[in-house]
Amino acid sequence: MRAGVLTGIRLGLVSCESCGLLSRPLRVAEPGHCPRCGEELELRRHNAIQRTWALIIAAFICYIPANVLPVMVSNTLVSTEDDTILSGVVLLYETGSWPLALIVLIASVMIPLAKLSALAYLLITVQRRSIEGQNDRIRLYRIVEFVGRWSMLDVFVIAFTVALIQLQPLMSVEPGYGVLFFAAVVVLTMIAAETFDPRSIWDSSNE
Amino acid sequence: MLGMNQTIGENRMSQLPGELMACPDCDLLQRIPALPPGSKARCPRCGHTVASSKPDSMDRTLALAVAAAIVLIIANTTSLMGLQAVGREASTTILGGAVEMWLQGQEITALLIAFCAVFAPAIHIGFMLTVLLAARRSPVPWWAGLLLRWSEWHEGWGMIEVMMLGIMVALIKIAELARVIPGIGMFAAGALVLLIAAMTVSFDPHEVWERLEWANGETPSMRRESAVSKGVNP
Repeated sequence: MRAGVLTGIRLGLVSCESCGLLSRPLRVAEPGHCPRCGEELELRRHNAIQRTWALIIAAFICYIPANVLPVMVSNTLVSTEDDTILSGVVLLYETGSWPLALIVLIASVMIPLAKLSALAYLLITVQRRSIEGQNDRIRLYRIVEFVGRWSMLDVFVIAFTVALIQLQPLMSVEPGYGVLFFAAVVVLTMIAAETFDPRSIWDSSNE
Repeated sequence: MLGMNQTIGENRMSQLPGELMACPDCDLLQRIPALPPGSKARCPRCGHTVASSKPDSMDRTLALAVAAAIVLIIANTTSLMGLQAVGREASTTILGGAVEMWLQGQEITALLIAFCAVFAPAIHIGFMLTVLLAARRSPVPWWAGLLLRWSEWHEGWGMIEVMMLGIMVALIKIAELARVIPGIGMFAAGALVLLIAAMTVSFDPHEVWERLEWANGETPSMRRESAVSKGVNP
């Protein structure tokens, strides 16, 4: 972008991530605490790139058992049936509620994968010090931050199905271990989005 | 009330050329001009909303927070929905969903559900209420800043709206097997979603930060000179 843009980091000014106060620390390497709210000051989130990578990789590993292991086990008098996330979507579709099948498919399968790829893409472009498409990339980051929580949808669906269908011995539903891994994917990607520092997208164009 | 407004007015006066800040999303330095009520300022580089002037922010948010606290209690103590099937009845509350997961051996998931559906929203609303009551004093006591920080963090993990959609999907799945009767808790949870959204829209945290007693014990009159560097300030 433009050369010589005035940013906080260039002038040695630190913006508090909690209250937004701009202050000039005595030593930029160790900015200390915000004089107003007492929050620890950081010029950039500490080790953001490594931490975000670690969280993404952990989330991706959990994504596999989340989809392979059953998330729900339905017991009736005559049969036991395992449901994975995908077979739950298929079941919703077959029972005629395709809009809901689509919502669950997007929230549970597509959003987690899209988030992982989007964060990986953001990290790679930051590490390559790319100065192109910064506005698109910050928009992508904001979408990742906004939609993250909606992946928890399936966890709630399973919890309330389990809570309501306890009509032993006729019919009961138990949660499977897939739901634990699935919840882990959601939480890890949410933390990864919190750890990534959006300011790093612009840093290579500041010099 | 009058006293509080005067204090705000004085603070604004001393910063008149506009407050210097760095965009939280791209670190671009910018001066925020005095904004007319109801307007927003966006970062020229990345488009992030860096400041917004919300009319009557504190009182409106306080009213909404009181309502949200009451509705939160109703939503968590009354039955969310009942279910009738093959001559049997079952009902559940919001926490009941988490408790059943715990009983079925998914303790970690149960804790996560309880946190996102009950504790995070409760802490968000409770701390917000405390902050807004404390903010009626001038200067605002330093611990209000601490609570505001925690309140905002918990707001990000509160997922009542996601839970509501989850319940809808669960109900449609169950509707084939049984008759489902929505309870008071369901309507309360729906109202809570709207109240929390309204709180977020009406609240301007900057108004609290601006009048906060500083953690390092400085007096308000010393603020400008010491915090913002002399080199950048005109």
